[in-house]
Amino acid sequence: MNRCLPLLLFAMLAIAGCQREERDTRPQSALGSGKQPTPVTVLTPGGERPSPSDNKAAAFEANAFHLSQGKRLFNWFNCSGCHANGGGGMGPALMDKKWIYGGAIESIHATIRDGRPNGMPSFRDRVPDDQIWELAAFVRSLSGNVPSSAAPGRDDDMMVHPSENRLPNAATLGKSP
Amino acid sequence: MRRIWVMCGAASILPLAGCSGWQSALDPKGPAAGELAWLIWFFTALCTLVWLLVMIALIMTLIRRARPIGDPLVLDATSERHKTRIVFAALGATAVILIGLTLLSFFANRTLAVIGSDAALTIRVTGHQWWWEVRYENSQPNRILTTANEIHIPAGEPVRFILTSTDVIHSFWVPNLAGKLDLIPGHENVLDLKADKPGVYRGQCAEFCGAQHANMSTFVIAEPRPIFDAWLNDQLRPAAPPASPEAKAGHDLFLKRPCVMCHKIGGTMAGGSVAPDLTHVASRQTLAAGTLTMSRGNLAAWIADPQGIKPGAYMPVVDLNGDELNAIVAYLEGLR
Repeated sequence: MNRCLPLLLFAMLAIAGCQREERDTRPQSALGSGKQPTPVTVLTPGGERPSPSDNKAAAFEANAFHLSQGKRLFNWFNCSGCHANGGGGMGPALMDKKWIYGGAIESIHATIRDGRPNGMPSFRDRVPDDQIWELAAFVRSLSGNVPSSAAPGRDDDMMVHPSENRLPNAATLGKSP
Repeated sequence: MRRIWVMCGAASILPLAGCSGWQSALDPKGPAAGELAWLIWFFTALCTLVWLLVMIALIMTLIRRARPIGDPLVLDATSERHKTRIVFAALGATAVILIGLTLLSFFANRTLAVIGSDAALTIRVTGHQWWWEVRYENSQPNRILTTANEIHIPAGEPVRFILTSTDVIHSFWVPNLAGKLDLIPGHENVLDLKADKPGVYRGQCAEFCGAQHANMSTFVIAEPRPIFDAWLNDQLRPAAPPASPEAKAGHDLFLKRPCVMCHKIGGTMAGGSVAPDLTHVASRQTLAAGTLTMSRGNLAAWIADPQGIKPGAYMPVVDLNGDELNAIVAYLEGLR
């Protein structure tokens, strides 16, 4: 029995590894199909930020899976065409701390869903609601508004220098062979 | 005890049943796979023979060891010479066999390398999570064809595959026709193969690539040249216009709803390039990279609940009501 105990404990430890991150890819339409109006202004009595009108915000805001999906969709739907990887171009920059229409995830969701004056198109009906939430969460993460443990990494090609394994050998750099 | 042995024997025979059919390396249907199958059999036979010889020698030694032996400190010159000769003979035989197998493998590889040197057809296969983008290269831009998951090739002709990926490493493996080769992001691998006879050969992603790795299969369909040419010309046409009012409604919905963000239908405004090309989707035999067979019901099921059929796939659940779903399916069903 004494010999079995460590083995049993080890097995229990190993089984703990079977727990994996929950990935919610199958939305329940009943929870919200993106039809509810979202407050678009911070001008509320008492000066508070718009109250969350959709219970999805909390589920998407700091979830690593949804953030990485948002990053993929940002690329797939060519958001960079105007926002240039968050740096801004034809459209405003997304990685600074300036939010024209509010920096809450509900506001960003409303921006993508309903569009904004001067160029931002509406993606209502073009992008399913959950995917808009994923995009909104990723846009928020661009300016460092999510826990770094959840934020997706920056692409290799956007690093200021090549990744370490692609750097030339420092010992031979600048010397003729 | 006897029953256990019988059961073990039966269990070891069971996997052999998987050795024939439309996805088996031991049932070669082309020169590349034939070369590899011959190597597999020869290696296995030779190694089994060597193993048997070693086992026989070992058992004989054990039996002889049972007899009493003399003083181990007394050296017998004749016996020592005899033992040295046996050890060196075994060493020599091992070296000869290993070098021989290396040479065989080397010459087999040389044969594989020249199969497609005069290939008239080049197909670019790009791996995506979890489907295959297939592009038929042509020097005339209007003859370049992009399709997905189903690869038609002319039988009896060498075909060159250029393999690459956009996300993670996948591996293209059609065991009846060729060995497997990886699809690597930012890198192009070249695989040549030839199907001797017309037929349908199943292929499977052979490098773990994520949640739906198992549901990432492809079909290589080898056809006689005239049928292949007809297929190619057919696929190069833009999509058929919707035939019924319902299909017309489906066409309009397709362009208004999220479908249009990712999928392409030639001849319409839908031009997405991140998901399978649907220009002739109903002409394909399967749906979602071999997950479902093509039928109206399966199309509807796939659109209504992709995350139930292929959890984690990048096809999202789209909020459609029953009429909208029916209309879109009616339209897609007509895209032959």
